[in-house]
Amino acid sequence: MFKSKPRWFGLGMQILAVVLALLFTSVILLMVKAQPLEAYKNIILGSVGSFKKFSDVLVAWIPLLLATSGLLVTFSAGLWNIGIEGQITMGAIFTTWVLRLLQDTTMPSALIIIMAFLAGMLGGALWASLVGLLKIYGSVNEIFGGLGMNFIATAMTIWLIFGPWKRPGVGSMSGTEPFREALWLPMVPGLRLSLWSLALAIAVVVVVFFLLKGTYFGLRLKAVGRNMRSAFHLGIPTSRYMLAAFLLCGAMAGLAGAVQVTGVYHRLIPSISSGYGFLGLLVAMLVNFQPLVAVPVSLFFAMLNIGSIQLPIVMKLDSTLSGVLQGALVLFVLLVDGARKVLLKKS
Amino acid sequence: MKVELCNIHKTFGKVHANDDISLTVPAGTIQGILGENGAGKSTLMKVLTGFIRMDKGEILLDDRPVKINSPADAIRHGIGMLHQDPLDFPPMRILDNFLIGRHEVGVFPNKRKVRREFIELQERFGFKIDPDSYIESLTVGERQQLEILRLLWMGARVLILDEPTTGISASQREKLFETLRILVEDGMSVIFVSHKLEEVEALCGRVAVMRRGKLVGEAFPPFSMDHLVRLMFGKSVPVGDRTFYGTDQVAVKLSGLTIEDVRLQIRNVNLDIYKGEVIGLAGMEGSGQRQFLRTLGGLMRSVGGRIYLNGKEITGKPYHYYMNQGISYVPAARLEEGLIDGLTLTEHFVLARKQTGLFIDRAEALKVTQRHIEDFNIRGTPEHRIEALSGGNQQRALLALQRTPLNLLLMEHPTRGLDIESTIYIWGKLKERCKKGTCIVFISSDLEELLQYSDRILVFFGGKVSQPLDTATTTVDQLGQLIGGKGL
Repeated sequence: MFKSKPRWFGLGMQILAVVLALLFTSVILLMVKAQPLEAYKNIILGSVGSFKKFSDVLVAWIPLLLATSGLLVTFSAGLWNIGIEGQITMGAIFTTWVLRLLQDTTMPSALIIIMAFLAGMLGGALWASLVGLLKIYGSVNEIFGGLGMNFIATAMTIWLIFGPWKRPGVGSMSGTEPFREALWLPMVPGLRLSLWSLALAIAVVVVVFFLLKGTYFGLRLKAVGRNMRSAFHLGIPTSRYMLAAFLLCGAMAGLAGAVQVTGVYHRLIPSISSGYGFLGLLVAMLVNFQPLVAVPVSLFFAMLNIGSIQLPIVMKLDSTLSGVLQGALVLFVLLVDGARKVLLKKS
Repeated sequence: MKVELCNIHKTFGKVHANDDISLTVPAGTIQGILGENGAGKSTLMKVLTGFIRMDKGEILLDDRPVKINSPADAIRHGIGMLHQDPLDFPPMRILDNFLIGRHEVGVFPNKRKVRREFIELQERFGFKIDPDSYIESLTVGERQQLEILRLLWMGARVLILDEPTTGISASQREKLFETLRILVEDGMSVIFVSHKLEEVEALCGRVAVMRRGKLVGEAFPPFSMDHLVRLMFGKSVPVGDRTFYGTDQVAVKLSGLTIEDVRLQIRNVNLDIYKGEVIGLAGMEGSGQRQFLRTLGGLMRSVGGRIYLNGKEITGKPYHYYMNQGISYVPAARLEEGLIDGLTLTEHFVLARKQTGLFIDRAEALKVTQRHIEDFNIRGTPEHRIEALSGGNQQRALLALQRTPLNLLLMEHPTRGLDIESTIYIWGKLKERCKKGTCIVFISSDLEELLQYSDRILVFFGGKVSQPLDTATTTVDQLGQLIGGKGL
């Protein structure tokens, strides 16, 4: 009875938000004397214009989807895991570490890669657990804790690349020495895409979907996120659940880092996380706890990222335009959602 | 300054918090305002100090009508309020704190001048506060003194005090009363809001009593305690049929239990609670009954003494251990501490029950929920979000969530805000538990509920606990006097 109206109303408002974000970006484009429609066309062509380009979108989508999946878990528990960037980086560092340790042994490559992935998960989870412990036992807000840990992780990458793990001769910003090809994830011939990592990302989001939707764990996590005091009174060990959320998210972020090392760059580079953690935060905010919606939205964001690479080439525009559009989208969706709540309350 | 309140009305939703209140406070008097929690005292004071706006009515100061729309307006007109928790800034120096509310001091206040004025002012009352120390180093009583000085310095001619004696020592209370007497001699007016009969008797030149939003009477010294109690709590209503299931088996034993928090101390409570018994905790809000109940529920640690459940010591164990021992705690703030906004009724029942397997069996959960909905007469469907239910139905849901069987059920205000029908229904359900051996300890501010449903009652007053009163031989008047601190 009273449910149907707000739902339609809500959908309409969401479309309004997208339109507003596009308008806002168009205004910015007009201010720099560029044709908005042409820019949008270039973004679309740059992302789905050819099979090769679309495969690049998928390459960007994989870490983004992994990060978003992890963030859906922490968001459900009411936690702002800003530290996800550092967790991706730490996952990459641990993966590189294991690969370096084992690359000269006679172990089968597949086993080495599996161990490297496990190490990546461990690294991410470890980094996330520090943020969680700081929050639970030290009352350090996870936003500040995470931000600090991000800086440390970045500094550690740079130190490793220019210090202990530097290339023979002299270290450089191009990263560590690439691993031999046997230690790469198997690629689709001629592309940068690995079907293994694609399957992994999809498997993870499916697991998160079922975790949040159908399990006791997911429901308790949601209870902790929505009202910690009530959840505690109902008998849920709230600290343990918060920590578990951090560990899970960290492990998934670590997977993203492992994919970047084994499947994309084949070495450790300075900005290995490529901002996918922060982008994942935007996606997670946008989709409001729903893993199924996160799949298309993160794909769309990856398309924007890859498509906008065309802008400097074709139109002499900076490729950060995709960031403007993504940011505007999130802001307008949140703004419109706030407006919707005010309007509903009044009526 | 003379204060006149004329026909003040204020409603919150359906609740008529102030219903046509007219009161005159002549200059140079200490006016007491008595009433139980929720009688409308605080609302009236907030109207007078601009914290909330009245729906209808008029305020006159020295026969001049005034509009008071904010606390800043109030102090401009000379009305200052001393809140129960002093409105100060603990990390700041006392002098800075003193300066803060006044705009006339400008961007760069002349601190030397202000310091001189501060010292002169405090000498008048014999206070000894070091202007250069920090608020954190002061006791609650000293913070009150500072607040009074600040209000006077800002030009207050009417001083309102809301339950000012909670959390201060006896000597500080004497000092406070002495100060108030000096103030009224200078022609100021003081409005003293309290529920403590003795203090009102000792201090006030006249008393107005409020009950359920109405001003029900005024009294002048010498006060008759019986008369005041009757005004506060209303006529005593004959108590209806009562069934008790108390046995002679001890379920919970408290020996020398001592509880402390920042506000108060409860010392050395010895009590046996029998299987199937209902114990009511009476007292004004903040008298210690909540701390006592939370300690029984494992939500607060005692600082001394022991708690036994069925002969086994459980002192100091964590809350989840208490839960596993069949002890359950039902908080008063339903949506803040008991239920989870945004989750459905079914999800609540899933959360409250023991986990079976990794995945939730939706069909089973739905069945359980449906059964509880019928059993507890909850108006709503399993898919309803909890915040969409009415308050009474939320309360029923909260009680339906409690596990069965239980050894000890602890409740804060189990029927607050519910209609009579719901109250009777809920107590019927609770008594069914008692029949099976559960003991119930509950807090209520409704004297009739306490007398109607408890086997025994403990009265709390400023952390002191009375001997258990047998409800069979206790009257509303007796209870009212004890709650007001007479005879404790």
